[in-house]
Amino acid sequence: MTQNKNPDLTLDDVKHVAALARIQVAESELETIRTQLSDVLEIFAALQDVDTTNVEPTGHVNSVNSVMREDEPSPSLTQEQVLANAPQEYESFFRIKPVLD
Amino acid sequence: MLLEPVIGLEVHVQLLTRTKMFCACVSDSSGGEPNTRVCPVCLGLPGVLPVVNKRAVQFTVMTGLALNSTIASDTKFDRKNYPYPDLMKGYQISQFDIPIASGGWLELDSGNRLGITRVHMEEDTARLIHRVDDATGKGFSLVDVNRSGIPLMEIVGDPDISSADDAREYLTKLRSIVQYLGVSTGNMEEGSFRCDANISLKIDGQMSDQRVEVKNMNSFRAVHGALEYEIQRQTEVLEKGQRIVQETRGWIEDQGITVSQRSKEEAHDYRYFPEPDLPPLVVDPIWVEDIRSKLPELPENRRKRFQEEYDLSEYDANQLVATKASADFFEDSLSTRGDKQSIESAIAKSTANWINTDLAHLLNDAGVNIENSPISPASLSEMLAFIEDGTISSKMAKDLFEEMFHTEKGAKVIIEAKGLNQISDDDALAEFVSGVIAENSKAVDDYRNGKETAVKFLVGQVMRVTRGQANPQKATEAVLSQLDRDV
Repeated sequence: MTQNKNPDLTLDDVKHVAALARIQVAESELETIRTQLSDVLEIFAALQDVDTTNVEPTGHVNSVNSVMREDEPSPSLTQEQVLANAPQEYESFFRIKPVLD
Repeated sequence: MLLEPVIGLEVHVQLLTRTKMFCACVSDSSGGEPNTRVCPVCLGLPGVLPVVNKRAVQFTVMTGLALNSTIASDTKFDRKNYPYPDLMKGYQISQFDIPIASGGWLELDSGNRLGITRVHMEEDTARLIHRVDDATGKGFSLVDVNRSGIPLMEIVGDPDISSADDAREYLTKLRSIVQYLGVSTGNMEEGSFRCDANISLKIDGQMSDQRVEVKNMNSFRAVHGALEYEIQRQTEVLEKGQRIVQETRGWIEDQGITVSQRSKEEAHDYRYFPEPDLPPLVVDPIWVEDIRSKLPELPENRRKRFQEEYDLSEYDANQLVATKASADFFEDSLSTRGDKQSIESAIAKSTANWINTDLAHLLNDAGVNIENSPISPASLSEMLAFIEDGTISSKMAKDLFEEMFHTEKGAKVIIEAKGLNQISDDDALAEFVSGVIAENSKAVDDYRNGKETAVKFLVGQVMRVTRGQANPQKATEAVLSQLDRDV
């Protein structure tokens, strides 16, 4: 593997992506990850060769459209079921670490 | 240095659907018991699939049409990713590049049209509550998922508002529209109608790229106050030659100031992408036209109709239509008086007046909405009829009205119980008048010598001795007839 095939990807990009993905990356790992991510990008760059001139952009591959439901309620879970997986419960709420707006 | 405010408002409106945006849980912003209106979809459990609520789409189309927007025939939902504990899935399903409605406008009383950039659909977040542990003094937070997934409509205005007054008028009209459409309660205090503002100052006509976002405004008054404050603050900063820091600021209601919440130097990276769990949404133009044909009367049209049908002033009509409930109160009150065509404009005007002034003051002082007014529309008509037929004077009516408001009793009951009947009985009145004439010979002489104002004095004396219970017009007639007869 050659180094730095994607010169646009910087160490700061790697830190930014790591922050978004909420994973901790040690300083010593940054360069390795930068190289690996650059390789991944280059593999995907092959897609740029496909001619999409007359192709509509889409986020979906099947042709289903407009699935809507009527506004009719159906039963929810019980409070016990909702809170069953709560790491911590407090007066029928999920209790979590303090967050500030 | 010429400084001009540039304000853009974003409004989040909770829709009055029965169920949530993407699941069939009951949608109720008042919440109920915590975590009881929750299912795997709005809880964000893995492997579930959202399904779009048709009525939420319909409500958004209605709003888009009422705001003169273009409805997209092909639209879609997108994922907006950000980590916050009120977001059960770690992303919010929203609409990014193809909102359901775009390019509309809303007209102010001045005739100025403010642009509507877009109206799109999304889902509400869970409710967070912050507490402090008594034992340790440490803070913690609580999550109630009931609000998660309630349908929200975001209405983004163009940044073309130039004063706090216009911003307040825009919001008032916008809220009135969603209330008339019946798509939201529009209640700001309860969080069904939330407003964030972006504000910057143009310097000598040059747009600034440092804008401030203001949050935490829970009433029209708060929005107005926060914007006035920000205009002042930013003016002072710029006049000192400093630059505005791009940031989010929160309005502190009781101190009347905004404070920095977080710096916005680095823009959020929401990594929007098309929602893979929802197919594209094709909005059938035939459906849109059907919705358009069934739109209810909007405030602007109702105001014009009130001016034409009842001969009301623009001011009175505007006051009435500001909320659907007060306009309904007005028409309900008139409907007890007979056909619309046969209503005299004087009756319509006095009805409007009593609603806009006396009733509005009493409701305001009591902190009650007109929907829950202790005086019903029919009860107001009944009282006005007693003024019209001379049973009571309009001066007496003020006190009577207050008593009706506080006791929830009808006008007739109170008038009879307190003997408030105005003295319009001719014989009874004649006795008071002759007494007054006998005691005021100087005024009588003045009248005889051609001093017309003496009549007013004598009528005043009649009102005094009858403790205001005489009908002023009848008293005047009686005074004149006795003066002329005694010549």
